[in-house]
Amino acid sequence: MATTPLSVRPSTPSLLDERGDLVAELRTIGMVWERELIRFVRTRTRILSSFVQPILFLFVLGYGMTTLVGSTEGFTFKKFVFPGIVAMSVVMTAIFSAISIVWDREFGFLREMVVAPVSRSSLVIGKTLGGASIATVQGTIMLALAPLIGVHLTATLVGQVIGLELLMAVGLTSFGVFVASRIQRIEAFQVVMQLLLFPMLFLSGALFPLKGLPTWLAVLTRLNPVTYAVDPLRRVVFAVQAVPPAAAARFSTGISLFGTMLSLSAEIGIFCVFTAVFLALAIVGFGKPE
Amino acid sequence: MATPTTTLAAPLAAPATASGATLAVEASNLVKRYGDVEAVKGVSFDVGRGEIFALLGPNGAGKSTTIKMLCTLALPSGGTARVSGFDVRRQPKAVRRRIGLVFQEQTLDEQLTAEENLRFHAVLYRVPRDEVDARIDRVLRLVALEGRRKDLVSTFSGGMARRLEIARGMLHTPAVLFLDEPTVGLDPQTRALMWDDVTRLRKEEGVTILLTTHYMDEAEYADRIAIIDHGQIVALDSPDALKRKVGQDTVELTTADNALAVSRLAAAGYRCQEGEEAVVVFTTDGESQVARLIEIARVPVSNVHVHRPTLDDVFLHFTGRQIREDQGERMLSMAVRARAGRR
Repeated sequence: MATTPLSVRPSTPSLLDERGDLVAELRTIGMVWERELIRFVRTRTRILSSFVQPILFLFVLGYGMTTLVGSTEGFTFKKFVFPGIVAMSVVMTAIFSAISIVWDREFGFLREMVVAPVSRSSLVIGKTLGGASIATVQGTIMLALAPLIGVHLTATLVGQVIGLELLMAVGLTSFGVFVASRIQRIEAFQVVMQLLLFPMLFLSGALFPLKGLPTWLAVLTRLNPVTYAVDPLRRVVFAVQAVPPAAAARFSTGISLFGTMLSLSAEIGIFCVFTAVFLALAIVGFGKPE
Repeated sequence: MATPTTTLAAPLAAPATASGATLAVEASNLVKRYGDVEAVKGVSFDVGRGEIFALLGPNGAGKSTTIKMLCTLALPSGGTARVSGFDVRRQPKAVRRRIGLVFQEQTLDEQLTAEENLRFHAVLYRVPRDEVDARIDRVLRLVALEGRRKDLVSTFSGGMARRLEIARGMLHTPAVLFLDEPTVGLDPQTRALMWDDVTRLRKEEGVTILLTTHYMDEAEYADRIAIIDHGQIVALDSPDALKRKVGQDTVELTTADNALAVSRLAAAGYRCQEGEEAVVVFTTDGESQVARLIEIARVPVSNVHVHRPTLDDVFLHFTGRQIREDQGERMLSMAVRARAGRR
């Protein structure tokens, strides 16, 4: 709905209460965020299911594929895939957290939010931060499995991983919110998300190195935003592991774009751009009234 | 324990400069078109502060669309409206901050407790932080749900949920509370309870209430009623005045000598006639006239029946149709009966 600036007419009634807008919007973001967390904590099945899937991936892919791929100078495929699995759990939780918008629409609560005298951006940012927080916690808990895989952790590394997880989670929750804002029904959301999620995960380099791929596959991976979030995570994890040169060549990290290898900060920068675009789309698409 | 500090906060008061400082709602020639369909065809009315005002009409008459325009949820295709002194078109946020909304459909989060739902609302509507708890206490007491404060809304009955929504609508001390078909789907006892709540709100909080309904008996609670049909207001007045416009009361007296009674009453200036078994007197305010009529007739009276026009009569008079209470329900019960008959 078009909002005419309030100052257009000199005879406009007192605008005293229009002050303190920023504080009110920040309170709104905080409240929407808090609600997402309350709802997550109250839905035990959701907590459980969001753990089972990544662990399943880790064991099936990690252990199963390791026997097939083998190890290079003691560096196993398990270790290679571990950062990818952490990323996958963040991506899945982040994207599916947006389902709450579809629920809200179905149960009418979306209306309570969109008719309130607050900006849409605050609602979307609150939702996004809520989903992103949950996804980050999820991914961080996955780190507890690191010793089992033989992945070495340091305090700095955990800090770096949490930072990257948060960025990844914000980007993908925004993406989820954007998709959810155009979907009316729960069933449709689930179908659409499965359709988007698996290509995004499988074409992200989470499960295989991005080097020496056929051109069509290389192009697809480079178009996938998740790629630019998985690789930084793997890089910081690998930085504190003992990776023998032969293993580093086989289980390579880094993304080449137009013939040049991207730096870590370039990758993060690209993902930030994706995040900004998704967030903007989410805000525009969110809660358009009837 | 009333907490005077939490009642109508000063910044929410109407702008003193506005011409209609004493009016809660001013609608002037409101029009809403959806494509070629004109859902509302030029509706004008004013609602005074503290008034309970009902828009009465059948489904699809344009009541909800009118309310949506006043709540800034639908942009008028024509005409203007001010709510609490603010223009719905130019100052939608200022309007929204001063109104409470209760929709036909439930808009609560069932996974949250009653208190959490209210707290969420308090933040969205900028209730000052130090007033939130007192306000939550107060509105829960207004709808008699203070005992369910910490309970999940999913454990509430339909009636309780609706009352919680009314409480929520009042949380930010709005100047006007909009209720769109507030009692649809509620059983009669719950409806009565809800009406107790609404009248109490008006008395204790001084809020103006604008509601839509297609239940005749509910419109009776209103100070004034606007009857809407086909997107236009066909009548607007207090329930009693509307009934008076439709016709006078009829008093039926069954007497020992009807003919004698008629002649005496006619001699005293009453318009009356001898019916099949009783004397029928047409008069205003029939109930208070009964004693006088009996005195004038001076014949033994065995039975008295006063008939006042009902809102059904009013509606029939102004629209030429009868309003069907819950056509849906009626059809459903017919279908159920049909199915039962097949067995």
